[in-house]
Amino acid sequence: MADLSVDFVGIKAPNPFWLASAPPTDKAYNVERAFRAGWGGVVWKTLGEDPPIVNVSGPRYGAIHGPDRRVIGFNNIELITDRPLEVNLREIKEVKRRWPDRAMVVSLMVPCTEESWKAILARVEETEADGVELNFGCPHGMSERGMGSAVGQVPEYVEMVARWCKQHTRMPVIVKLTPNVGDIRKPAEAAKRGGADAVSLINTVNSIMHVDLDAMSPWPHTDGKGTHGGMCGPAVKPMALNMTAEIARSEATRGMPISGIGGIETWKDAAEFMALGASTVQVCTAAMVYGFKIVEEMKSGLSDWMDQKGYSRVSDFVGRAVPNVTDWQYLNLDYAVKAQIDQDACIECGRCHIACEDTSHQAITNMVDGVRKFEVIEEECVGCNLCAVVCPVENCITMVPLENEVDKRTGRMVDGSYRNWTQHPNNPMAKQPVAYDTDAALEPAE
Amino acid sequence: MSTHPDIGAGRIPAEAIEAGFGDLHPALDRNEARVASERCLFCYDAPCIQACPTGIDIPLFIRQIMTENPQGAAKTILDANIFGGMCARVCPTETLCEEACVRMAEGKPVEIGRLQRYATDALFSAGRQLYRQGAATGARVAVVGAGPAGLSCAHKLATLGHAVDVFEAREKGGGLNEHGIAAYKTTGGFAQKEVAYILEVGGITVHHGKRLGRDITLASLAAEYDAVFLGLGLQAVNALGVDEGGLANIEDAVAFIERLRQTDDLSTLPIGRKVVVVGGGMTAIDAAVQAKKLGAEEVTLVYRRGADAMPASRYEQEVALTNGVVIRHFARPYAVQGEGGALASVLFMRTALEGGKLVDTGETFALPADQLFKAIGQLFLPTDVADESAVLEMDGVKIKVDVECRTSLPKVWAGGDCTRGRDLTVVAVEDGKQAALSIDRALAARLAVAAE
Repeated sequence: MADLSVDFVGIKAPNPFWLASAPPTDKAYNVERAFRAGWGGVVWKTLGEDPPIVNVSGPRYGAIHGPDRRVIGFNNIELITDRPLEVNLREIKEVKRRWPDRAMVVSLMVPCTEESWKAILARVEETEADGVELNFGCPHGMSERGMGSAVGQVPEYVEMVARWCKQHTRMPVIVKLTPNVGDIRKPAEAAKRGGADAVSLINTVNSIMHVDLDAMSPWPHTDGKGTHGGMCGPAVKPMALNMTAEIARSEATRGMPISGIGGIETWKDAAEFMALGASTVQVCTAAMVYGFKIVEEMKSGLSDWMDQKGYSRVSDFVGRAVPNVTDWQYLNLDYAVKAQIDQDACIECGRCHIACEDTSHQAITNMVDGVRKFEVIEEECVGCNLCAVVCPVENCITMVPLENEVDKRTGRMVDGSYRNWTQHPNNPMAKQPVAYDTDAALEPAE
Repeated sequence: MSTHPDIGAGRIPAEAIEAGFGDLHPALDRNEARVASERCLFCYDAPCIQACPTGIDIPLFIRQIMTENPQGAAKTILDANIFGGMCARVCPTETLCEEACVRMAEGKPVEIGRLQRYATDALFSAGRQLYRQGAATGARVAVVGAGPAGLSCAHKLATLGHAVDVFEAREKGGGLNEHGIAAYKTTGGFAQKEVAYILEVGGITVHHGKRLGRDITLASLAAEYDAVFLGLGLQAVNALGVDEGGLANIEDAVAFIERLRQTDDLSTLPIGRKVVVVGGGMTAIDAAVQAKKLGAEEVTLVYRRGADAMPASRYEQEVALTNGVVIRHFARPYAVQGEGGALASVLFMRTALEGGKLVDTGETFALPADQLFKAIGQLFLPTDVADESAVLEMDGVKIKVDVECRTSLPKVWAGGDCTRGRDLTVVAVEDGKQAALSIDRALAARLAVAAE
């Protein structure tokens, strides 16, 4: 049995599955239920200064649905906790006492003054919580008041507040990043410069979920008017994975602990974040859609997979995929694949054909000898993967690498050579064009 | 001791009859329609379109349902098949579009028929008329028969601007949709609503009570009109091949179904305690199931071959079985026995397949019966067009037509059950549509010549 326990910047937890700072962690009742269900830790919903904020009493959530009304994108305009600070602090202390083995991190958001941060940090320390997460991510409401993503979008502010926090508390400091920036590495670097122990990402993405075409207003709306909210859920996972990888592989931030967030619903999602460098993950949407029980699937799935792969502890595979994330310019332009259609699995829907025919390379037939049949025309196939993506039958279309054979499209022998763009004769900027030299990879050494 | 023959109305409570004759396929609600529509893969050159005799763009209309545009979906359907509402109810989809659905690979096709009904119901309940009469061409076309073939032809002609006179022997239009299909397949007077919708386009005058060969002749129509379309249907039922001895309560199944369809209060319709139906097609199933739903205690459907050879689809057979009809295969009637001038029992000879041929085994059995319904296929009676038979060529027992539904007479087209084909509503609708397009082309050519 694999050991799922984690030690994240000194914060210990029985497993890497934590609940993100959000409605599920707003009060003791919910957090108790989460711990009973088996979650390894929580980031308590963001605390602010009294008097508490006021939420709208209209809808706070919107969604985009996939087939079967599966929630694939979820957004909210809820603000930080609307309960008095004292109540939250008391409950945090009580819950931590009852569940000493679980991670208890407290999310914070106060105005950008040193006094404000100093004051609240002292109050949180009294609860014996394990750490704090600085909410520099919320893109709605609080950002209009100079907090949340308004801080996270300015690296200098990120660094400044992180530094204050490290000065005024012994607790580990995690900086939660907003994805609503051009380059996620900049605020991550700022957090590191400020002395933060770790980053967590991503917070939610600015979004309008729908437009009500009758009312001509955003949906959902509050009394006829809508505002952008923060989107999360499965649809944001690819963006979150990319940002995680960027921080994990960037020279300036490499090795900085990461708590991965963004559309994690299953053990596989979690394992993907971890392979890209996250040593814990945080979940919100999936819990809000399916309830806390999903953690059972996550724990058993991760554990079983680790057993199969021979990983005895989580740290064995965290970051393992990072070396394989590279820049486009270092991709091997000599490598070639061709689509292959499993005719036994094919249900003859024809989507591969029409996608290729209408929008790509005219490399799939729709008729062979007068019979409806979908076959790859290797002379035209560039191996783009579109057909495999649109095929409704999993693994019916696979991309098969050419090995020691001539690419019928280009007439070039594919023999395992390596040649990237920096070496390519078509690149006027190529320093040292090479023809077919597998050992001449110019990718910078790790 | 029961009296004989034991035929009576109201064998079961009126509420039970009403419930029994409720919709065979309850309409999909909005959520069900969404879930069903999301299963469609939007295939390229979709096999379901190829399998539909009227060529409805099925992936498109399902996508329109999915995007909450059911009336747009209905237009896609009706543009190809003006009887799309009825076809959604009576088409044997399991042997047409749904059989061709690529999701049959998982054993469960997209529910095309029920989605088609969802879309057409949405249009009809909104009361929205999509079509209007075309600009008048001055041409006049006679259509004989107000069934699916005739009205499909008339509707298309009207939208193309031709004036249409429809001659119909019965007092109601709709043909078999109104008279020959089980009531539970078309509830709520849908057949007449659909006919009204079709006629609402304008430019079509229906003359009821006009029967070809009795009140009008093909020769006179051909002389008076620019073109004639014959959508005559089938007028007779194959004979049983036994001496019926003039016994009462032996009836054609189509006559029973027609009577049933035209009865307002089914609890007043008499039915036998023991009913025997002979035949293996849709009509046999419709008669047997409806007899059961009226309260017959024992309904036995006897077919001379096995289940696989039955013209009625597997699904139809299942409908019969789940409604308590007993189906007996491999037997044919060879005699009837009476009592006091009324049917008392039907005698059957067992049959078997020997080297691909159906033979009698010599073994016999008797089924006591208060009523016998004959459903062993319908016939086209060429006597109605007898005055023209010298020139109106026949193809076996039906009117000979080419791919455009042209007969051997220059101004006469024909389609539906009186011609080749599969005796399906959807095929008749397509015939009518293609004939109308062919007539339109012929008339345009003639007008062009006249203008020179």
